[in-house]
Amino acid sequence: MWAFLVTEVMFFGGLFLAYTFLRWKHHDAVVAASGHLDWILGGVNTGVLLISSLTMAMAVHAAQEGKRKATVNFLILTMILGAVFLGVKAFEYSHKWHDGLFPGFNFHWTENPAYAGGAEMFLFLYFVMTGLHGLHMVVGIGLVAWIIKRANRGDFTPEYNIPVEITGLYWHFVDIVWIFLYPLLYLIQPPHH
Amino acid sequence: MSGHIVPKKTYYTIFLLLMVLLAVTVLIAYLDLDHATGIGGLNIIVALSIAFTKMMLVVLYFMHMKWSSKLTWVFGGASILWLAIMLVITLADYFSRGWVMFTNR
Amino acid sequence: MPGAANGVFEMPKVTYLNAQEGIKSWLLTGDHKRIAILYLISISIFFALGGVFASLIRIELLTPGPELDAEMYNRAFTAHGIVMVFMFLIPAIPAVLGNFLLPIMIGARDLAFPKVNLLSWYLYMIGGLLTLTAMLMGGVDTGWTFYTPYSTTYSQSYVFLTGLGIFIMGFSSITTGLNFVITTHKMRAPGMTWSRLPLFVWSQYATSLVMLLGTPVIAITVVLLAAERVFGVGIFNPNLGGDPVLFQHLFWFYSHPAVYIMILPAMGVISELIAAFSRRRVFGYSFVAFSSLAIAIFGFLVWGHHLFVSGQSAYAGIIFSLLSFIVAIPSAVKVFNWTTTLYKGSISYETPMLYALAFIGLFAIGGLTGLFCAALGLDVHITDTYFIIAHFHYVMVGSTVIAYLGGIHYWWPKMTGRSYPEFWGKLSAMLIYVGFNLTFFPQFILGYLGMPRRYHVYPPEYQVLNILSTAGASVLAVGFLMPVFYLLWSLKYGPIAGPNPWGAKGLEWETASPPPTFNFDATPIVTQEAYAYDAEADEAAYQAALQQDKR
Repeated sequence: MWAFLVTEVMFFGGLFLAYTFLRWKHHDAVVAASGHLDWILGGVNTGVLLISSLTMAMAVHAAQEGKRKATVNFLILTMILGAVFLGVKAFEYSHKWHDGLFPGFNFHWTENPAYAGGAEMFLFLYFVMTGLHGLHMVVGIGLVAWIIKRANRGDFTPEYNIPVEITGLYWHFVDIVWIFLYPLLYLIQPPHH
Repeated sequence: MSGHIVPKKTYYTIFLLLMVLLAVTVLIAYLDLDHATGIGGLNIIVALSIAFTKMMLVVLYFMHMKWSSKLTWVFGGASILWLAIMLVITLADYFSRGWVMFTNR
Repeated sequence: MPGAANGVFEMPKVTYLNAQEGIKSWLLTGDHKRIAILYLISISIFFALGGVFASLIRIELLTPGPELDAEMYNRAFTAHGIVMVFMFLIPAIPAVLGNFLLPIMIGARDLAFPKVNLLSWYLYMIGGLLTLTAMLMGGVDTGWTFYTPYSTTYSQSYVFLTGLGIFIMGFSSITTGLNFVITTHKMRAPGMTWSRLPLFVWSQYATSLVMLLGTPVIAITVVLLAAERVFGVGIFNPNLGGDPVLFQHLFWFYSHPAVYIMILPAMGVISELIAAFSRRRVFGYSFVAFSSLAIAIFGFLVWGHHLFVSGQSAYAGIIFSLLSFIVAIPSAVKVFNWTTTLYKGSISYETPMLYALAFIGLFAIGGLTGLFCAALGLDVHITDTYFIIAHFHYVMVGSTVIAYLGGIHYWWPKMTGRSYPEFWGKLSAMLIYVGFNLTFFPQFILGYLGMPRRYHVYPPEYQVLNILSTAGASVLAVGFLMPVFYLLWSLKYGPIAGPNPWGAKGLEWETASPPPTFNFDATPIVTQEAYAYDAEADEAAYQAALQQDKR
């Protein structure tokens, strides 16, 4: 599993490289565009994901101790939190569309025109990065649902619970990606400006 | 893989630490450290250091890296190292673009 | 060779080939050997297709004027590059020979995840067919490198569909790599320590690491490329504030290590062939093993030598140039160890050995001209000329394809249970060697004289060398076609080979040919390394036989 996570790190790595380039080349435009992201919603979502990581860890813990009921409950909780995260994300996306901040199709930059290009690229990266992260969340929720089904069936014992553990590793990894995305995307411009 | 059982208390402690760090990240973003200290890019450095710390907490405790085999450490380390190779070498190109090496005399 | 005589052996009754019947048992198989055969068939078809595009290029270049129009020519060389790189060279040795041999060589029943292995073949086929569809609809004209902003903004061809195909094939290669790494760690037979692993397995392992670390980067690059086309945003387009060199960094961060995905397994094959046909253990085993890892690691530090004239900073150019020279060290370690293995070996010249010896010579030329290209100053002169074309064909065809063919011949009796006709094998090996050199050596000269790549017309003074090259390509084509016929022929009429037709060492020769579904009747226990040859004993036996004759 760790070998797979290495692959995932490099997958997102390319995006972080593009992000760093953009921030270096179009610093002011990036700052201006970042101001349009809602740091409160982003922060709430970070909190939601951190809680879900805790419930996931507790689910693995329960599986290791062979507590079927607790495992299932914690997994369901994890899934709900994942869904909340995606719900907030969807709300943010629709907001961006209404504000005319959706690159390519509906982009109307009303501030300093010198920043339009850089801002559009920043929002483009914002959508690609959070979009791919969201896709990973969807896959994660699917995995958790599958694990819930297996746990309900009584597949896991203190001796055999590798699928739960592996799903946990994946979930935590997706959480970690967000831990970096949040400050890099949302917190560039100090919120009081 | 599923050998070590971590006490619940550890998980709660780590979780609290993560939440505190999240609050700190947001607070730091309120302060304009770059201007206050005169050190350019201090904000981003602090923000990334906090994110890195959070990552290490999740990796070491939630993902049980602390109790894992050496091989797991190698793979985890390799991912960070390779990411660093990609970022550092590429950025080395960008940051040295403006430098002048040969001048016409 | 000992035991190769006709009629001595009988075909084993139950093998992986006839354990289950019907097309469904093949398409839903979990058997790594059957999946290898599926790969062998599909890869051969794609190789033939790539060859057709190559012929188009060579026919166009026969005369200085245009036969095809420029647009058509662009699509032909792009198709040639994409098919050969992504659909042949990258999967060829790992997916065919690696799939077949890796579990057997370490004494395992199968790979760690048989279903994932099957999935990787389906991903490969889906990606391949999507790319093929794009070609049938009109193809791509960007070159296989998809350089921006042409590919993102201006090209009117099927970049998106081709990109999608490559993205999916990337996951095929990631799943294969994952499977190999975990299998090598977890499934080794008792006694198969790391220091006893066959060198082929070492090289597959190193290759798999490159696949895991590099392939996701090309995947995300293709995603960005496609997204840029859809959104009309220009991170890679200077007119819109982006930077095309960023694309080149991302692209070559994968695509240079991808060269090592192609060459490392080939080196693994050669290590096996040289040892088997000179009847000596590979000289400096641990050096050869670790040089594979070293190549895999250093390979990630040198991608910038593709960007010398791209506008990257001069300082970065110097650093990349220096780093590129480092890769020569582990490569040379291997070549020296192979030649030292030959020294005082008891050498015999069967077809696989001819390929192995060809490999050493051609790889030396390909590798050393690589140093020309790594030298910053010289590279400015030869960038985008036929010198580069010749250089990487010496490595990709002269080394990888040659090793692949050598490996196919060497393990053919193991895969099918029958031997191929040795005379035809040797003849086609020699034709390929001659044809290859005739095709590509003139291109070194052409490139040095300044003929640029990717043009369909050229000044008349280059024609003689181009005719030579096209003539060589025809010989090469004949050489490549011959094995198709005699290998297929041997399936029915070839002499039955027996478990170890070459008298070689290694676990794969201890089981039946073809092997049973789970490779071994009982899990083997390994007590010695894979190269326990004894050349001196062989030599003594030979001398004794000579004495016998004299009397």
